[in-house]
Amino acid sequence: MAFLELKNIVKEFGPVRTIKGIDLKIDKGEFIVFVGPSGCGKSTLLRLIAGLESTTEGSLHLDGRDITEVPSSKRDLAMVFQSYALYPHMTVFDNMSFALKLAKVDVKLRKEKVERAAKILNLTDYLQRTPKELSGGQRQRVAIGRAIVRAPKVFLFDEPLSNLDAALRGQTRVEIANLHRDLGATTVYVTHDQIEAMTLADRVVVLRDGLIEQVGSPLELYDRPANQFVAQFIGTPQMNVLSAAALPELTRIAGNRLPTDGSVGVRPEYVRIVAAGQGIAGKVELVESLGSDTLIHTRVGADVGLVSRQSERTTLKVGDAVGVEIDANALLFFDKQGRAIRELEKAA
Amino acid sequence: MAKKAPFPYVRTFFAWFLSLLIFFPLFWLGITAFKTEGQAIAGHLIFTPTLDSFVEVQTRSDYLHYAKNSLVTSVVSTVLGLLIAAPAAYSMAFFRTRKTRDILMWMLSTKMMPAVGALMPIYVMAQTTGMLDSIPALVIVFTLSNLPIMVWMLYSAFKEVPIDILEAVRLDGATLWDEFRHAILPLTMGGIASTALLCLVLTWNEAFWSLTLTSANAGTLAALIAQYSSPEGLFWAKLSAASLLAIAPIIVFGWFSQKQLVQGLTFGAVK
Repeated sequence: MAFLELKNIVKEFGPVRTIKGIDLKIDKGEFIVFVGPSGCGKSTLLRLIAGLESTTEGSLHLDGRDITEVPSSKRDLAMVFQSYALYPHMTVFDNMSFALKLAKVDVKLRKEKVERAAKILNLTDYLQRTPKELSGGQRQRVAIGRAIVRAPKVFLFDEPLSNLDAALRGQTRVEIANLHRDLGATTVYVTHDQIEAMTLADRVVVLRDGLIEQVGSPLELYDRPANQFVAQFIGTPQMNVLSAAALPELTRIAGNRLPTDGSVGVRPEYVRIVAAGQGIAGKVELVESLGSDTLIHTRVGADVGLVSRQSERTTLKVGDAVGVEIDANALLFFDKQGRAIRELEKAA
Repeated sequence: MAKKAPFPYVRTFFAWFLSLLIFFPLFWLGITAFKTEGQAIAGHLIFTPTLDSFVEVQTRSDYLHYAKNSLVTSVVSTVLGLLIAAPAAYSMAFFRTRKTRDILMWMLSTKMMPAVGALMPIYVMAQTTGMLDSIPALVIVFTLSNLPIMVWMLYSAFKEVPIDILEAVRLDGATLWDEFRHAILPLTMGGIASTALLCLVLTWNEAFWSLTLTSANAGTLAALIAQYSSPEGLFWAKLSAASLLAIAPIIVFGWFSQKQLVQGLTFGAVK
């Protein structure tokens, strides 16, 4: 049985329906990431789980108990906020032990638990400071510490890294991954950053317009997206998606698998740049050298843009004539509505 | 560097001139209190100070009795006001609706009516309930007349508390009372203190209702002062002594808490 279960969750703010019916089962110890573009309802969904918003319809079940009407304070969840939401008038120690104090945990045990958490998070030297004396990264760790001290049933993270600079974000991401590995706590994590989603998640939930587009492991989403939206949302640079009729060469490459009225997707790493005269004729439009990768934007056939990613560096310049080859085995097909065709066949 | 203001000396002169002009009556009141009645009428600056007027005020009209009334009415009405205003401000600050702004404006608008407009009904109510010249009557009137300002000030103070912090407290398992005690109260202590201070000062200095609703029994210091400007003739020295005794506590109090007061009055104004 699922540990945390969302049954047909609907949330309306006045006349606006933000969450349009979500069913999801989360197992114990799983790391679930909600990802999606801004306004897709991922934060709202997290707040509904936390009890900070009330559901309009549907029910929530945690560890066999219906918590739909249970107030936040009684749900036994811990949340790490985007703004950290530390208590500015308390020391780091008091911040971390506050929940235990409210739960009337023995003073000695409180101290023990806080010190253990502080050790894990490298905060031992800062326990007597107040939040304003800490850097952004340290505040973030205090916020996480506040959550782990309580050993709650579920950890909720609301875009916890978005206020950190890029280097710190990468580092904290690794720390969160290690923490999850060590504690094995059930976690729901909201982000708009797909790298965080891909690296942290056991399963990713892609949301759009208050509905789930797909649930699956990161590589499942990458390799077998359920539809064109997921295909293009996951992966940087975006997957190339062309209408089936855009390039006559597609018929040659895809053969009879090519849908008559749909589109074809191919990830940039399966688009290879070859010498002019081979493959599909095209022109270089932009070269982005990232060091480890080189992205080459080309324009082929009747004004069709294709992005290629290769690990070798290039001497190509804008305007150079090139050939483009597409790996026939890496093609994905979508029908007119953008649904992956393979998925439809499986369903039938 | 900021541009230097023109005519610095002229500005300083006028600033001092105005300050002294405003301060002068207070100064005059201060020295007159230490004169005999004869010296007070003569209006000399040089005289031998005496405490006669103070002794006279205490023996003739029991200053301490009035001071006690002032203290009780102002403290009780301030505490009572806070107890009523805090929950109101809490709900308005953290559970806003579209009408919240209107309600706040409506509350404040009640302060725009002159107090005398409500004199008849309140007097009659006090009379029919037998509460004329009683401390509870004054406390009720003071509390109610200060409520709009208290709600307004506390609302501004509470609004400064980030909602995230309250949500974090709730997720940490806090009840409503815990939330108030451990988060809102410590974070808005400055605002609450200045609200209380302002109300103390306003109530202490209140004269209209004290004079109309009370006489000997529940009279406050305002009533005491009024006794000395009676038709039997003005007694400048005693009037000054009584006034000085009436305003001294609140001036000392205000001096020590002026920082809080100013902070409270400009709450949310400076970002």
